[in-house]
Amino acid sequence: MRPEYLFYLLVFPGLLFTGTLGLVVGCVDRKVSARFQFRVGPPFLQNFNDFFKLLGKETIITKEAVASLFISAPFIAFSMIVLVSAMIGTAMFFGVSFGGDVIVVMYLLMLYSVMVILGGACTGNVYSSIGAGREIKLLLADELAFILVLLVPIVKSGYVLSLDGILAAQQDGLFIGSASGIIAFIVGILCIQAKMTLTPFDIPEAETEIVDGPFMEYSGPPLAFWKLSHLMMWVTFPFLLILLFWGGFNLSGLGILWAILKYLLIVVVMIIIKNTNPRVRIDTALNFFWKYATPLALIALILAVLGA
Amino acid sequence: MSMVNNIPVGPFHPLLEEAEYFNIVVDGETVVDIDMDIGWMHRGHEFISEQKSFTQSIYLVERICGICSTSHPIACVHAFEDVDNIEIPERAAYIRSLVGELERIHSHLLWFGLAGHFIGYDTVWMWAWKYREPILQMFEIISGNRNHYGMMRIGGVAKDVDPARIPEMMKILDMVDDKMNMIIKVAKDDPVLRSRLKGVGVLTHKDAVELCAVGPTARASGVNTDVRQDEPNDAYGWVKFDVPVLPNGDVYDKFVVRALEIIESTKICRQCLEKLATVKGPILNNVKHISAGEGLGRYEAPRGEVFHFIKTDGTNRPIRHKVRAPSFNNIPTYVASCKGIPLADALITLASVDPCYCCTERSLKVVDINRDPFQIDLLKLSREKTQQIRSKIHE
Repeated sequence: MRPEYLFYLLVFPGLLFTGTLGLVVGCVDRKVSARFQFRVGPPFLQNFNDFFKLLGKETIITKEAVASLFISAPFIAFSMIVLVSAMIGTAMFFGVSFGGDVIVVMYLLMLYSVMVILGGACTGNVYSSIGAGREIKLLLADELAFILVLLVPIVKSGYVLSLDGILAAQQDGLFIGSASGIIAFIVGILCIQAKMTLTPFDIPEAETEIVDGPFMEYSGPPLAFWKLSHLMMWVTFPFLLILLFWGGFNLSGLGILWAILKYLLIVVVMIIIKNTNPRVRIDTALNFFWKYATPLALIALILAVLGA
Repeated sequence: MSMVNNIPVGPFHPLLEEAEYFNIVVDGETVVDIDMDIGWMHRGHEFISEQKSFTQSIYLVERICGICSTSHPIACVHAFEDVDNIEIPERAAYIRSLVGELERIHSHLLWFGLAGHFIGYDTVWMWAWKYREPILQMFEIISGNRNHYGMMRIGGVAKDVDPARIPEMMKILDMVDDKMNMIIKVAKDDPVLRSRLKGVGVLTHKDAVELCAVGPTARASGVNTDVRQDEPNDAYGWVKFDVPVLPNGDVYDKFVVRALEIIESTKICRQCLEKLATVKGPILNNVKHISAGEGLGRYEAPRGEVFHFIKTDGTNRPIRHKVRAPSFNNIPTYVASCKGIPLADALITLASVDPCYCCTERSLKVVDINRDPFQIDLLKLSREKTQQIRSKIHE
């Protein structure tokens, strides 16, 4: 293994970069949401304070919980997100990639949800187990649409299965500029909303119904890592969409500004969706994804195969 | 295979910020049964009121609830006035109705916010409470206080409304009207909100009548009941207003009925303010003494009919004071409206009657340390009873 891979994984664009950016974007989310609601919002570094404070708190393990699973689930989920963000980042910033890494990304992102389910189901709490059950249903709802969305750029780039290959295929024209690309991009944003369990798809966590669902019994560092992985998704998912559809980032000259703008645009769209919708029921979510989102993604895929 | 689970909601749960306990039995996500347990609030308001003088007990009942904090005093002064048939000045009647209606507006706006929060729509929560703020300012203009107004007296009201500030208050009412029309429009247009509320937690007309629902809960199920209209007191006989009644009984209708009520309330407030600009006179008949007797007081609180019963013996304190809050009638409707619907819907249905547990519960446990009934009396009684039964059998 080459030593720079360790740098990619732990510093840039992996753990340190994504973690810090995630905490910052989490603050942006809280600030923008607050402005939507005529509030002032928390201080800018609030997420950092929350994270480091949680690290110093006691970890309570319930009597009924399967302790090994309960403790390992957040850390495994966290490592999934670090790995995914490192893979997406290296492909985007350094052009380092390997064949079939799109499929690995799909698997790792699904494994995150599986870890949420395992962590929630093993606590022995009735709210957590209902939350875990809802997470399974939500996974069933959004997973197919998400995979179809990821297939569109693969087809459009001439069946290339590596992230940097897809990026290279966009030199002639961005995928988002084509009919299939834009449809897949929009469906992709909705899938991300569900994968990140943001409103209207925050059904597994539903604070006023099942009290944060799978995360209810967590405290101390494990909770901190759940929160951190969740915030890191604010970086991972938009980066993935930008890489697959919007030609990645060009970090020379004014390109940096354009890169930040692209990223913030996706984040703000997600925040707007989050703040202008109530939480839907799980059956409504299933209906939505199976009746509208998945067929739409399928249409995008067919269009991509036809070359539009 | 069916999985039956008990979901405890309470005694402390983020859904309802008061101490109450529901045991929701779910099969998967579907509610099959609901059981409730009250008695988590130990306040003893009725008992305390019986130890206080009349004036003090009006302040005391104001503290029963923080949201409908003028409905209890209005019902209470009605009960006291009912004992001696005390008349109140015309100006005082208008001020009473004005304060009562403003409270209805702020209480319904507060519920809109909470309902939004319960279905995960925090933007609605913050917006509704933003528009509630000017109403609280109006209370500050009228009474000097934002929440507990201390306006009611036996024979009138405590503070007069300054005619110079009436135009300012009219402007605030216009703003509330605008925003309410906007909220109704949003509720009618937003497909996600409609899908979340329409047809959810239906309380049929029959169930509403059988379970004696009151207030907006009953009116959303097509039961035309309103104390202001059925038995008008204070200024309600002199102002024009409609009582909105909707037929479906779901959460959406409960939402809309409250929005329409706010618009009716602003109408009443405007008429009261117009009268207050012209009607002159005292605001308080001085009542020195209340004779022995019984009195009933009814008032349409934001959640429904609130009822006070007073029994006096000619001294300066009531010997019996009974309070029945609207939530006491409305809470049992859960049994009819929550069964067979998904858990996510059941919880918004629980919140949709705008329950107020501190209004409902006034339980007081009296412990007499000198007598221990469980050791002596009950045992003796039980033995006697057993012997009676035995002798009957032997015969």
